[in-house]
Amino acid sequence: MSTVINLQPITRIEGHTKVAITLDDAGNVIDTKVHGQNLRGFEKFCEGRPVEEMPRIVCHICGICPWAHHLASSKATDGCFGVTPPPTAVKLRRLMQSIAYVSDKILHFYFLAAPDFVIGPDADYSVRNVVGIIKAAPDIAKQVVHMRHLGAQMLEGFAGRAIHPTFSVPGGVSKPMIETERQKMLGPAQELLEFSKFSMKFAKENVFPKYMDTIKSLGVIEVGYLGTVREDGALEFYDGKLRMMKSDGSYEDFSYDRYLDYIGESVLPWSYQKFPYAKKWGKLNLSLENPVGVYRTNCLARINVADKMATPLAQAEFEEFRAAFGRPAHYTLLYHYARLIELLQAAETVVQLLNDPEITGANIRAQVTAKAGRGVGCVEAPRGTLIHDYECDNEGLITKVNLIVGTTHNNAAMNLSVNQTAKTFIKEGKYDQGILNRVEMAIRAYDP
Amino acid sequence: MAVNVFEDWLNACSGCEISILNIGDPLVDLLNHLNFVHITPLIDHKLFGQLGEKTEMDVPESVVSILSGGVRNDEQKHELQEIRKKTKILIALGTCACHGGIPAQANMFKNEEVFEKVFRQSPSTEPSPDPVDPSVPKWTPTCAALDEVVKVDISIPGCPPHPDWIVEAITALLEGKTAWSLPERSVCDTCPVIREKKSGGGPVKRWLQNMEFNPEEGIDKMRCFNEVGYLCQGPVTLAGCSGKAGVPRCVQARPPCRGCFGPIRKGAQPMVDMMGALSSVGLDAKSMLDRRAMLNRYIGAHGMLKVLPARPTK
Repeated sequence: MSTVINLQPITRIEGHTKVAITLDDAGNVIDTKVHGQNLRGFEKFCEGRPVEEMPRIVCHICGICPWAHHLASSKATDGCFGVTPPPTAVKLRRLMQSIAYVSDKILHFYFLAAPDFVIGPDADYSVRNVVGIIKAAPDIAKQVVHMRHLGAQMLEGFAGRAIHPTFSVPGGVSKPMIETERQKMLGPAQELLEFSKFSMKFAKENVFPKYMDTIKSLGVIEVGYLGTVREDGALEFYDGKLRMMKSDGSYEDFSYDRYLDYIGESVLPWSYQKFPYAKKWGKLNLSLENPVGVYRTNCLARINVADKMATPLAQAEFEEFRAAFGRPAHYTLLYHYARLIELLQAAETVVQLLNDPEITGANIRAQVTAKAGRGVGCVEAPRGTLIHDYECDNEGLITKVNLIVGTTHNNAAMNLSVNQTAKTFIKEGKYDQGILNRVEMAIRAYDP
Repeated sequence: MAVNVFEDWLNACSGCEISILNIGDPLVDLLNHLNFVHITPLIDHKLFGQLGEKTEMDVPESVVSILSGGVRNDEQKHELQEIRKKTKILIALGTCACHGGIPAQANMFKNEEVFEKVFRQSPSTEPSPDPVDPSVPKWTPTCAALDEVVKVDISIPGCPPHPDWIVEAITALLEGKTAWSLPERSVCDTCPVIREKKSGGGPVKRWLQNMEFNPEEGIDKMRCFNEVGYLCQGPVTLAGCSGKAGVPRCVQARPPCRGCFGPIRKGAQPMVDMMGALSSVGLDAKSMLDRRAMLNRYIGAHGMLKVLPARPTK
């Protein structure tokens, strides 16, 4: 009789997921599945809605990265109506995105991931969490709670809402930034940058060296990568070209509107979450020994596809990372390291944009007229490349919506990493909570 | 002594949980009074045993349960029913839990139409049968609010709810109270814009242009959205989005309200009332585009949004 271990729910992640591990009579792993359990149907119920309402509807896809959906959607609506937002509007959108990135990465590293490393992967579940960290290291915990909230306060202070924003609109944004608002944000921006520097240093001294053996064994797979780069090859969050890299490091660049030539999605009967794959590499195959079509997104993917970072402090860390782990770096737990390099770039970008004279410009929205069209809006969400593809009719009402969100790209890879981890650590029926937590650590690295 | 709390998200986006974190600095102290027996985003408690050994869902006992999201599938429905049996006070957190939220827009369509679109009519997807494995919970007939399935004791609406109200409601419970609710006021009651009770008339305008305003001046120097001709759902929406003080959140950024806190009182008819409010300032309310979906954007549960009968073919 085979045994099924049913890990439900997967915790310290943001989605609705469970893992089933099937063991044979001898207690060895014969199968694993990461089941995506929730489906809401945005692609259908957005049909018929006015295009200009979309950025404030689809942000509700994710309460952790609403700004990513809000902005990808805004870019898709720009495309539908054929408008180009003025430079100041683009800078304000980038500023909001960068602040949201900082909060998001602090949330993931400290609240979701850190308990595995700071409290330890084998610690009892009752203390292996943020409440445990508050008790073990109250000063750092207070600072973390404060810093994550500070980003939210900056977003709310200027754009009204941190969660489910309404600020970005077809053709631009809804309000300009005045000088007093800009000045008010400078102090907190600097505070976040300092905390980002501290976080990088803290992790490099206290986390990564201690867990190097785990990094080299847990969840390790060799697959491809997808991310956005600027024309000059620098890592980019808001707008650029897509770069799809094979596991050997060779890559191809393409514009957002050609995504259908490169990305297909399979549906498997045991998950609501689809399985995107690289069409040009062959039909999707989830075999651990010989995967086909599997690529990853999110920070490690972006760090791998980029030639460089866009800001100086992040660039210095990037060089050190690449010298240590090569290109592409395949170890799954390096997602945590890559996340902190991106945290630095995001925090530096916030300060840079606030010091850009154009940020307080008055021209913030292009003239917009409803008309038929198609728009493919794409940004890098914290969790990966985010694609919103809309079509609308003459009245400017939505007729078609296609969405591929960050974590969905990682679905196949998460399944492989879970499989690898379960097979590595569960032998002859021997497993405990610490080993099962390692299976979840393979998922948490992707921050789904 | 700390109170045992069960928290989970059902058909939710996690925005309500982020709003809990947005309590900010006071959160650290508040956590000392709460003992979470389950909270998916933060603590590794499992519902099928810590070793994944159970075949039936095992919900722990709690004094207070805080649930975000509506009910979209059989498993969420089962979990909610189990929680109800094991808890004293059940809190519906956020507009999805209270009124269905944005996902209840799906109630305008048959379930088969949604699945057809998602799994067979999307340009990047290989057309495939619907996922039907026992591990994939089956959709319920509609996207429901929690009180359509079980008794709800306290509702904290909002998309997301403001941290002020989360703290106030939890603090009230810690003090031994068993009831809490937001005061029945409209967003307009908390909105400082200039109102003259008339507009220039004509059709309801789409949100294709920004309001005219001087950014150096406060919101109190800007005219009411409805009176300029834009749809703003402030008149029919419960106040509280900006917490205990401050300008309604969307209005702060100068777009109009879309009703994320839901109706002002139980049994209200926001769609009818909003049409009346637009007419009362002289606008042609019937000119509004997509008005059924627009005026029920966050409140599609409770039968507010339904599949319309197919139009007869000629």
